[in-house]
Amino acid sequence: MAMTDKNKNLALTGGAAAAEALRQINPDVMPVYPITPQTPIIETFAKKVADGEANTEIIEVESEHSAMSAAVGAAAAGARSVTASSSQGIMLMSEILPIASGMRLPIIMLVSARALSAPINIHGDHQDVMAVRDLGWIQIFSENAQEVYDNTFLALRLAEKVKLPAMVIMDGFTTSHSVENLEVLEDLVVKKFIGEYNPKNHLLDFENPKTFGPVGLPDSYFEFKRQQMEAMNGVIGELKEIFEEFRDISGRPYDVFESYCLEGAEKAIVVAGSTAGTAKVAVDELRDIGEKVGLLKIKLFRPFPYRRIAEALKNVEKIAVLDRTVSLGSVAPLYGEVVNATGRKDLQSFVYGLGGREVLTSDLKNVLGNLGNQRDGEVLFIGLK
Amino acid sequence: MKWKDIEEGAIIAHDIKKSPRTGDWRYMKPKVDKKACIGCGLCFGHCPEAAIDYDTERKADIDYGVCKGCGVCATICPQKAIKMGKN
Repeated sequence: MAMTDKNKNLALTGGAAAAEALRQINPDVMPVYPITPQTPIIETFAKKVADGEANTEIIEVESEHSAMSAAVGAAAAGARSVTASSSQGIMLMSEILPIASGMRLPIIMLVSARALSAPINIHGDHQDVMAVRDLGWIQIFSENAQEVYDNTFLALRLAEKVKLPAMVIMDGFTTSHSVENLEVLEDLVVKKFIGEYNPKNHLLDFENPKTFGPVGLPDSYFEFKRQQMEAMNGVIGELKEIFEEFRDISGRPYDVFESYCLEGAEKAIVVAGSTAGTAKVAVDELRDIGEKVGLLKIKLFRPFPYRRIAEALKNVEKIAVLDRTVSLGSVAPLYGEVVNATGRKDLQSFVYGLGGREVLTSDLKNVLGNLGNQRDGEVLFIGLK
Repeated sequence: MKWKDIEEGAIIAHDIKKSPRTGDWRYMKPKVDKKACIGCGLCFGHCPEAAIDYDTERKADIDYGVCKGCGVCATICPQKAIKMGKN
């Protein structure tokens, strides 16, 4: 039952697109603390709440540590809970992030990804989300405002199904502050898609009192971590059905990653976030002059779809993996994951765009054009002076 | 227990019937003067143990199974209808 004819087009920033998705979800509780470049999300949503378009309890807390703590408390009480943050805000939350996932609370966090201090920098890269990649949160990258909007619903459905928290990630400023056209769904269609939230366990179930967050000593802790691994492993299987249902209401087919011109490609870029949009233009321009190039756009980063990515890249001869972060003292994280997935050591690692350094179509055309001419194991930097 | 058989998120369900009668720890005991009580309910919210509720006459009724005898109810009662005594 396609309802695309009833959907309407809006021009919104990525932040406002997230806020529009939140209005339609109408979460019970949103504890939040402002930080650039997340602020457009909460300021747009707070206006909608003030105007009576949503009746979410927005809790204006005194720090991100409190924001995540309040989200944990609200979620344990059985409330649909969301928050949003960036950069040092996520670092301040980081003490509570593994508590949210360990307690199996499906909190949704909208992230406008930003560089980490020092030096202080408010612009977009992926260092904040990559720093917390092993804390048990599902992580979904968005290329543009449309994906921010769509991923918010997909993440919510997924999180509540597998009982794990999820981050919906957009690139700070590039996506969060840029106005783009997107197609929004009808309120009722969204309501039906996300459904009622009826958690099995919650603190306000007075007939069945429960303790949340007890100690788990050496005799039981290990087993709870094993369960969390199992929940993460189940994500990709659960997503298949959710993607299909979403395609039926939106007309937009999604998968755990996007293959763009990978069919018959000899060279390909692997990249996450808004740079995938730039890479599509680079691929199109090179395809126009007969170059066999393609793109694998990362969407789901945690859990990482190892087997599916290995399958998608198996016939590509030369692969460039682009990280908008560094792992100091180690290989760049996305590169490491793709090496792990493919079992190949001949991939080329590129680091780009740190602290919001621009990356242009011509840069990505150069990456593809020169791919394979580098020495083994050498990391290359796009746009480094 | 095997990892597959334990409750996700380490959540522990309680059987109220088996819960300990923590009121046994009490040293002081509040007593409600049912004639003086106006059933305003102010003590309900102040009780740290949520041990007070209405009885059938809409008067304050203390569950001595959990009351620890802290005396907050006696202090807060606008009618001075709750008096503390030795347990």
